[in-house]
Amino acid sequence: MADKVLMKGNEAIAEAAILAGCRHYFGYPITPQTEIAAYMAKKMPKIGGCFLQAESEIAAINMVYGVASTGKRVMTSSSSPGISLKGEGLSYMAGSDLPALVVNVQRGGPGLGGIQPSQSDYFQATKGGAHGDFHMIVLAPASVQEMAELTVKGFELADKYRMTSMILADGTMGQMMEPVELDFDVKERPATPWATTGTKMEREHNIVNSLSLVAEELERLNFERYERYKAVEENEAMYEEFMTEDADIIVAAFGIASRVSKNAIVEARKQGIKAGLIRPITLWPFPKAPFEKAAKTAKAFISVELSMGQMIEDVKLATGCKVPVTLCNRAGGMIPSPEQVLEAIIEADKLGGAK
Amino acid sequence: MKDFKRITLLCGHYGSGKTNVAVNMALMLKKQRDNVAIADLDIVNPYFRTKDSSKEFENCGIRLIASSFANSNVDIPALPQDMYAITDDKALSVIIDVGGDDRGALALGRLAPQIVEENDYEMLMVINCYRPLTRDALSTIEVMREIEYAGHIKFTGLVNNSNLGVMTTPDDVISSLSYADEVSKLSNLPVVCTTVEKSLYNDLSDKIENLLPLSLQARPV
Repeated sequence: MADKVLMKGNEAIAEAAILAGCRHYFGYPITPQTEIAAYMAKKMPKIGGCFLQAESEIAAINMVYGVASTGKRVMTSSSSPGISLKGEGLSYMAGSDLPALVVNVQRGGPGLGGIQPSQSDYFQATKGGAHGDFHMIVLAPASVQEMAELTVKGFELADKYRMTSMILADGTMGQMMEPVELDFDVKERPATPWATTGTKMEREHNIVNSLSLVAEELERLNFERYERYKAVEENEAMYEEFMTEDADIIVAAFGIASRVSKNAIVEARKQGIKAGLIRPITLWPFPKAPFEKAAKTAKAFISVELSMGQMIEDVKLATGCKVPVTLCNRAGGMIPSPEQVLEAIIEADKLGGAK
Repeated sequence: MKDFKRITLLCGHYGSGKTNVAVNMALMLKKQRDNVAIADLDIVNPYFRTKDSSKEFENCGIRLIASSFANSNVDIPALPQDMYAITDDKALSVIIDVGGDDRGALALGRLAPQIVEENDYEMLMVINCYRPLTRDALSTIEVMREIEYAGHIKFTGLVNNSNLGVMTTPDDVISSLSYADEVSKLSNLPVVCTTVEKSLYNDLSDKIENLLPLSLQARPV
């Protein structure tokens, strides 16, 4: 039939994961991401895949650990409180260098919080997410099409660097419906010689493990892992720039906040204020380059977030605190309006001196 | 829509646009009759629902039958306490927004025997060929059968609500007609109406029979 389908963000993630060759999904329902599990439950049995509703988020992430150990593409999804429960597993997977995809469709917190959209798990996602020195590759979609595309990208990056990729979306991205085209190329998977697939008496056995009691050895593993992280930082940062070329005021926003901000920027330009947007698509690695560049000419930056101000710290670091960085935010499930962002742009324009 | 029965039930695959069609039908019905209610029986998805339009209903005097716990801190999958008004109060004309899929239709089981017995109802399946799990007639029929089985009530008609959200073009609607016809043939049910966002109405009103213009509920940016 039609080339385009009308999908919820959550469904787009599920379908894209299947197209990327993922045949194992483990999860536990939680609003606002339950459609991912529901879609997998309908589809996986029809294509010879495995959908399993685990008894808890903790069980689900450890099932992901198990399948990842065998070198298969595998995923889980949850929303904020559920991701906290998965924290231990995320750390174990990092310590075992296992590739997997984890989806967080964020809701307002802390605690059980609410079910409305939020971006307040930014720190948790980008600064590790659990104990120990580690990173996840964090991807922040801003449309249903990107929910699909970044899911495929997430699997590819996870395999390439033997890391966990996280899709950091929010309730709006998960629930909103937009037309999607799902005809993208999926790259061939790299070989997984480390996987525990049976020696067939032809090789040494592989061990997947995060326990390492000899301190010198554990230190070496950490340094080696961080060499890989360095390569990710150098090669994989992604971002979108919107009207930044001559911009005095730069708005930094990701996900749903970037869509609101674009409306405000267009309006600000009508009022004679040169505003622009840098939208990080990878939150880790944070795209420092466009911020460093813009800090040379812009008067001020505004971080627009659905949180009490988390990404703003990375914006300040990337701009070297050369110019003022202000916060424009809503929290607890509320979304900034274009009018609120426009107001922040007007205020920031007064704040910064002439350059 | 001219000939509303006393009860109009809207069912469908989740995301087919049931709630939006239900809200619009309630507003249309209110123009024809005095004593009108909209009942929110969707206990599956708490994200988009009839109660979101409660102000609009209040303004035009439509009674909202919805769980008093919806959008509150005890938002459990609860049915409204005045649900039985739907079948008990025969002076009331009601639009029922049923939850998506067979799981949503389970909530109907309690009301279905009385509705069938009274026999003054229309049970409509909202269909959208642009939704990934109902892209052809056969998969749509499968969802219909699941809903009928769970809800203990048979469909009487179809609402072709095929759309790609705000990106829908007149051509998208026109190319959905053959799909709707096929569902109609396979199910032996009439297409009661085809729905479009009101800005597309003028382009299509002379090309499509029983075309119904809809206003969209508030949507995010």
